[in-house]
Amino acid sequence: MAITEENPGYKWVGTRPIRPDGLEKVTGKAQFGADLMLPGMLFGKVVRSPHAHARIISIDTTAAEAMVGVKAVITGSDFPDLAANGAHPSEIDVANNTIAREKVLYEGHVVAAVAATTREQAEAAAKAVEVTYEILPHVLTVDEAMADDAPLLHEGMITKGVDPAPEEASNVASKILHERGDLDQGFGEADVVVEREFTTKPVHQGYIEPHAAVADANSDGRAHIWCSSQGHFQMRAYSASVLGISPGMLKVTAAEIGGGFGGKTVIYLEPLAVRLSQRAGRPVKLVMDRDEVFRATGPTSGTRIKVKMGVAKDGKITAAEVWMAYEAGAYAGSPVGAAGMTAIACYDIPNFVVEGYDVVCNKPRVAAYRAPGAPMAAFAVESVLDELARDIGMDPIDIRLANAAVEGTQASYGPKFPRIGFVETLEAIKDHPNYTADLGPNQGRGIAAGFWFNAGMMSSATVHINENGTATVVTGSPDIGGSRQSMALMAAEELGIPYESIKAVVADTETVGFNDVTGGSRVTLATGAAVVDACRLIIEDLRARAAKTWDVELDQVEWVDGQAQHVEGAQPPLSMKDLAAKSGRTGGPISANASLNSRGVGAGFSTQLCDVEVDPETGVTRVVRYLTAQDAGRAISPDYVEGQMQGGVVQGIGWALSEEYIHDSDGVMENPGFLDYRIPVASDLPMIDCAIVEVPNPAHPYGVRGVGEVGIVPPMAAVGNAINDALDVRMTDLPMSPVKVLEALNEQRD
Amino acid sequence: MKYVAPSSVEEATSLLSSSPSAQVFAGATDVVPQMRAGRPAPEVLVDLKKIEELVAVANDGDKWTVGAATPTANLTEDPAFSEEFPGLAEAAGLIGSDQIQNRSSLGGNLCNGSPAADSVPAMVVNGARAVVAGPNGTRVLDVAEVVTGPGQTSLAADEFIVEFEIDRIPARTGDAYLRMIPRTEMDIAVVGAGARITLAEDGSIEHAALALAAVAPTVVRVPDAEAALVGNTADDETLSAVADAASEACDPIDDKRGTVAYRKQVAGVLAKRAVLIAIERAQQRNGTN
Ligand SMILES: Cc1cc2nc3c(=O)[nH]c(=O)nc-3n(C[C@H](O)[C@H](O)[C@H](O)COP(=O)(O)OP(=O)(O)OC[C@H]3O[C@@H](n4cnc5c(N)ncnc54)[C@H](O)[C@@H]3O)c2cc1C
Repeated sequence: MAITEENPGYKWVGTRPIRPDGLEKVTGKAQFGADLMLPGMLFGKVVRSPHAHARIISIDTTAAEAMVGVKAVITGSDFPDLAANGAHPSEIDVANNTIAREKVLYEGHVVAAVAATTREQAEAAAKAVEVTYEILPHVLTVDEAMADDAPLLHEGMITKGVDPAPEEASNVASKILHERGDLDQGFGEADVVVEREFTTKPVHQGYIEPHAAVADANSDGRAHIWCSSQGHFQMRAYSASVLGISPGMLKVTAAEIGGGFGGKTVIYLEPLAVRLSQRAGRPVKLVMDRDEVFRATGPTSGTRIKVKMGVAKDGKITAAEVWMAYEAGAYAGSPVGAAGMTAIACYDIPNFVVEGYDVVCNKPRVAAYRAPGAPMAAFAVESVLDELARDIGMDPIDIRLANAAVEGTQASYGPKFPRIGFVETLEAIKDHPNYTADLGPNQGRGIAAGFWFNAGMMSSATVHINENGTATVVTGSPDIGGSRQSMALMAAEELGIPYESIKAVVADTETVGFNDVTGGSRVTLATGAAVVDACRLIIEDLRARAAKTWDVELDQVEWVDGQAQHVEGAQPPLSMKDLAAKSGRTGGPISANASLNSRGVGAGFSTQLCDVEVDPETGVTRVVRYLTAQDAGRAISPDYVEGQMQGGVVQGIGWALSEEYIHDSDGVMENPGFLDYRIPVASDLPMIDCAIVEVPNPAHPYGVRGVGEVGIVPPMAAVGNAINDALDVRMTDLPMSPVKVLEALNEQRD
Repeated sequence: MKYVAPSSVEEATSLLSSSPSAQVFAGATDVVPQMRAGRPAPEVLVDLKKIEELVAVANDGDKWTVGAATPTANLTEDPAFSEEFPGLAEAAGLIGSDQIQNRSSLGGNLCNGSPAADSVPAMVVNGARAVVAGPNGTRVLDVAEVVTGPGQTSLAADEFIVEFEIDRIPARTGDAYLRMIPRTEMDIAVVGAGARITLAEDGSIEHAALALAAVAPTVVRVPDAEAALVGNTADDETLSAVADAASEACDPIDDKRGTVAYRKQVAGVLAKRAVLIAIERAQQRNGTN
């Protein structure tokens, strides 16, 4: 662990206790999305489009409705027409993605749903729904979608961000632009200029737990939803919008969640389950198959990215020009905006133009995936930087140090950076034995760096002191990465009681104040700050109660080591247990709420070192050694921080080497399962070594930055740079599969 | 759907004769996923694992017999068998994972008819024979004759494989199997290559057998490579003739798992490497069994 500022004597923060959710998970007791069973519950099944692009001519549900056991069949017309109601375009897109109205825009798009007494009856009824389509020509990639004569997904889509606005509709939803300095002058000052073009494929978040929702509607219009999500308040808002009701009509309970990585910040099944339950008068469960997860949820964008960069002989980057087009899938909203902001954010570059396009195409609508947009851009930029370093004969760490953003640097996306730890991650790599480990034949070493903002946003927390002096910490942030442990550790540190005396729970939308989604690496930062605030309110309250008990002024009482102490020792201390036992006589139950809009995020940086071995005769690449250094700000729970760092790397290695959506010429996905959509298996990977860097975020009481995302930004370039180091072939198209690597090697031999 | 578990070969054949849509199974590691993926279920599923001779591994001095429904884990964990046929044991040991291998069988791997089945090239180069039971008794055919195309076999609807026979390995003989998959496990061969080599007293190659998987509708032998090897040693020229012949013998398709060009090139690479391993093993096995 590379610590830049010593732990100021924390007792709990930074320790590695046993995870609180482990026992329930390994014994199978934990209730995931699909586990809930309610009396009288029906099983639902969704009907999906077999076509990539088609107009719905008619949907005939009569046969399905007449089948044994069938209690409800719904289609798009069972939902309010938000477009006719003047809703915001983004709400209309969510609604149309949940269930199609006039057109289906990708294979797997929902057109109807059924509910029946048994799963088998529901499946049979789903097959009996007759949909007549007029098949339309489709576009699958940014190249196809941006072609002059491309068929349009949305007839009225005029590109935003272009002045003057174009007169004709296109598949380009928006353009983004970031500029500084003078590009020509910058390239003029360069000694070496490298220009390359890259492509990446859509990849899925690959969470192991498929989407699942149970809804129980009441006759008064209210309904209760249980679902696997990264944010039940968000599920409530989106579902209410699609259903055309007030959010207060819905209560949403977050189930235990088996992975999300951004892909469970959006709705798919929830409003369908509610409507089916309303029509049938019974609770309804909807669970996706893996096949449906691939065809209709996630993924993140496929892209085409061009990068031109120049450096002077001393390693200073003089200019950068980046052009990028990101697939949005069926509706506007690719992460190209974040990609544009992050692409060169690691470096202080005087002259640049970053231009990006958000492009719709006939694939599932993209959803957030760990540092959305940043990894593809980093693949391109970090590959070019590697080549520049080689061309001027500079060490790849040194070239990054020569250009690294530091405190005070004007970030490429606007603001000045406060204290950040990028340089420290570069140094942590340089100081690690992996940096100088011997390489064998056909092995190579690659380095890459990455940046992610980390989010703040809104959180609420409630802390209750129980009658025996233990505490319950209640938040509304689903725990996808160990946040219950981190909340309990921070509460233990604040309250001065043991970690084991604290239980952290995730409450439903009616039991705790509003929380934004668990996303953007924000929960330990923002929800954690709310927990700290609530604990501090509790301590104020406890001091007041002690002062009252002792009949002294408040300033005579301090809170030390979990007990109220008289500053002059005039009274025997009162422990948390003592105060809790007497709460009835000192003002009633001890409890506090805190809500906040985060007071300041802490940007995250990661630098990674990858060693690969490439079989020159088969093109098979194996990762043989891997080190990731990441600035956590402060690692509240180092076990979970390392888990996040390693997880990001592993997903990035999959993205680099083997993961991709494959479609046939009709736009039908050919690999909707884990056999041919290849996420890495354990034996594919070496131990992922971690160097936690701690450069505390001044805006958080414990210095937290957020660690969930930036780890996935560097791996693709790190792997590509390592392959290049091994065999001198520059891979520019992901995934760097054996087929592509062998092709590149064959070309080199010719 | 009905499940039956006969306890004798006769009982099984008469069940098959009386219900035309019956299907036998062993580990069901192909059958169950296929049904889950929507393939129509047969009326009767006949479990072969309760028939004693179908789950047995034996060596009578002249030959090994392996019951067609024996879990492949029983083979890979049989030290005598693995010592004698390391290539076949490794091929069987590549199937799926530990969990799969506690169920997967050689009979199922062969009769599922996948061109990518891992144990088949290794059985073919070792000259394995299938003992097939039917209403009129048993017949014996070479393993290479069982599969006729993807998912298709030469067995009649009321026939099934009882066991495989493999002659004891001769002196100075070794086998090997290699496969290319993008991952390290839980994957399907993009190319597979099985080889068996017998050396003459002088160290030159006396017999050679080479078979490839996943590069044609069925497993293919490579007679040109075998001819190039016999009488020679594994020098660069011979090995490059082997690689060329292997690439030439391929009749692959472009699909999501690999391209025609890739499969041809890598078939040559794996053929060469498998031959080298088989030769090394043959050199180590100088005496008799
Ligand atoms: C996760 C997973 C991973 C896998 N990985 C691999 C792999 O790496 N390599 C590989 O080659 N395969 C792999 N497979 C496929 C499968 O496991 C193998 O083909 C296995 O050997 C099949 O054996 P089984 O006994 O389970 O066959 P079953 O499913 O029982 O039967 C398969 C077919 O053979 C027929 N059959 C079975 N026994 C006989 C018999 N005695 N006579 C006539 N017909 C018979 C059945 O009717 C059926 O059509 C994998 C499967 C899974 C689920």
